Amino acid sequence: MSAALLLLADGRFPAGGHAHSGGAETAVAEGRITDAATLAEFCRGRLHTTGLVAAALAAAATAGADPLALDGAADARTPSPVLRAVSRRLGRQLLRAARAAWPSPALDRLGAARPRGAHQPVVLGVAARAAGLTPLDAARATAYEAVSSPATATVRLLALDPFESAAVLARLGPEVDAVAEAAEAAARRALSEGLDALPAASAPLLDIGAERHAAWPTRLFTS
Amino acid sequence: MSGERGAAATGDERTAGGVRTASGVTGAARIRAVPDGRGGTALPLLTGEGALAVRRTRTAPPGAAVTLVGAMSAPLGGDRLRVDVEVGAGARLTVGSAAATVALPGRERRPAAYDVRLTLAEDAVLHWLPEPVIAAAGSDLRMTMRAEVAPGALLVLREELVLGRHGEPPGRLVSRLTLTVDGRTVLDQELAAGRGAAPGWDGPAGLAGHRAAGQLLLVGAEGATLLPRVLTTRADAVQAAATPLAGAPATLVTALAPDARELRPLLIRTLHAALAPSPHPRPALATAP
Repeated sequence: MSAALLLLADGRFPAGGHAHSGGAETAVAEGRITDAATLAEFCRGRLHTTGLVAAALAAAATAGADPLALDGAADARTPSPVLRAVSRRLGRQLLRAARAAWPSPALDRLGAARPRGAHQPVVLGVAARAAGLTPLDAARATAYEAVSSPATATVRLLALDPFESAAVLARLGPEVDAVAEAAEAAARRALSEGLDALPAASAPLLDIGAERHAAWPTRLFTS
Repeated sequence: MSGERGAAATGDERTAGGVRTASGVTGAARIRAVPDGRGGTALPLLTGEGALAVRRTRTAPPGAAVTLVGAMSAPLGGDRLRVDVEVGAGARLTVGSAAATVALPGRERRPAAYDVRLTLAEDAVLHWLPEPVIAAAGSDLRMTMRAEVAPGALLVLREELVLGRHGEPPGRLVSRLTLTVDGRTVLDQELAAGRGAAPGWDGPAGLAGHRAAGQLLLVGAEGATLLPRVLTTRADAVQAAATPLAGAPATLVTALAPDARELRPLLIRTLHAALAPSPHPRPALATAP
């Protein structure tokens, strides 16, 4: 475990993630997250679907796959225009922070090719490579973000006890590790077999909820 | 039957006439539609073997229509079914099915596979509107649907997945839907549900108790761009959104319903709205930036 990984995965790294709930705001409003137990199930569902996909994209980018091809693969795995826009906005913010932290030509090229932002996991993967991290590191940071974002947001949305939220994340730890390992294995397959080997697991309710959330007149979180 | 295991192990399970092999029954259907030169559509290739039969049903000029018929109970565990549909430039085809496809547990503890390949040349029109796939208790079905669409073609694709027959727990169902337009992958989505699927599949980020999942994929349908993105409200039994895809004139409608009966009407309504000949702007239920 390197300090660079801790920095990249740190919620205080200035990459804008704190403004997003990972779909938790809709799920709380619609009564699907009501307590620590339902939060854990929400996180679990997100982890094994969009979390797995994002972690594999990140790992593939760290392993040296073409970031622009991965950006297209991320588009194909994100049918919701709202979630595509969110991912690109987060990618743009992460790129700014990463270029300051770990200057590299690869980050510069990605920024030049996608001035409005590449998908966040792709940027994270390229940043991890620039920071000297491994594909598994990038997968871990991304898989962890898939659960930490809703868990942190739910503390504010439900006034959930922060200790309970932390306990949810701790109990999910082994599953986060397992998903990161599966994502890294898929990324390695994708390097030899092509990007179709990347996972494409979907969570329909997250897509539908994201579109509905964006239509709310007022909301606490951006997504 | 043990004599056929060698062939099954090599993956060569195709058996004309639906002979039951150690690995289950293979069914294959192949359809090719081309313009007939008189303004209509001809079907120079129309074959079904094993568990799948095909019938040319009604003639609705200028298009042709075909119904897939399950010739025997399928798919069971270990079965491999494959459908190939090719629609040539300017041809028009509608494919439906005679009944729902019910996945059942086989004697073998292996998953069944159902693979569909749709290929549309320029200006081809394909309506792929089969009846639902039902994952009965104890079944294990892996489906792949791959549509390769050339510029200018129109594809209307409906998929309805039902988890369990009435009142029974669902079998395992993994369904991957991939769309390429002009050679570029613009949609790649997999839904996994039921016993043995990844944890959380039925939780608040997964299906949340819904037992029917539907998708409409509309490629090249101009009316689809006028659909409101949010199709239902939180109070509705059916949850649905219409999401324009990136990089192609294509829209995916995703819907979840308590059961198959509640799913179909929303899909039909949405399809009619998307295909209306002279679509006038409808008031959106909600708009998103």
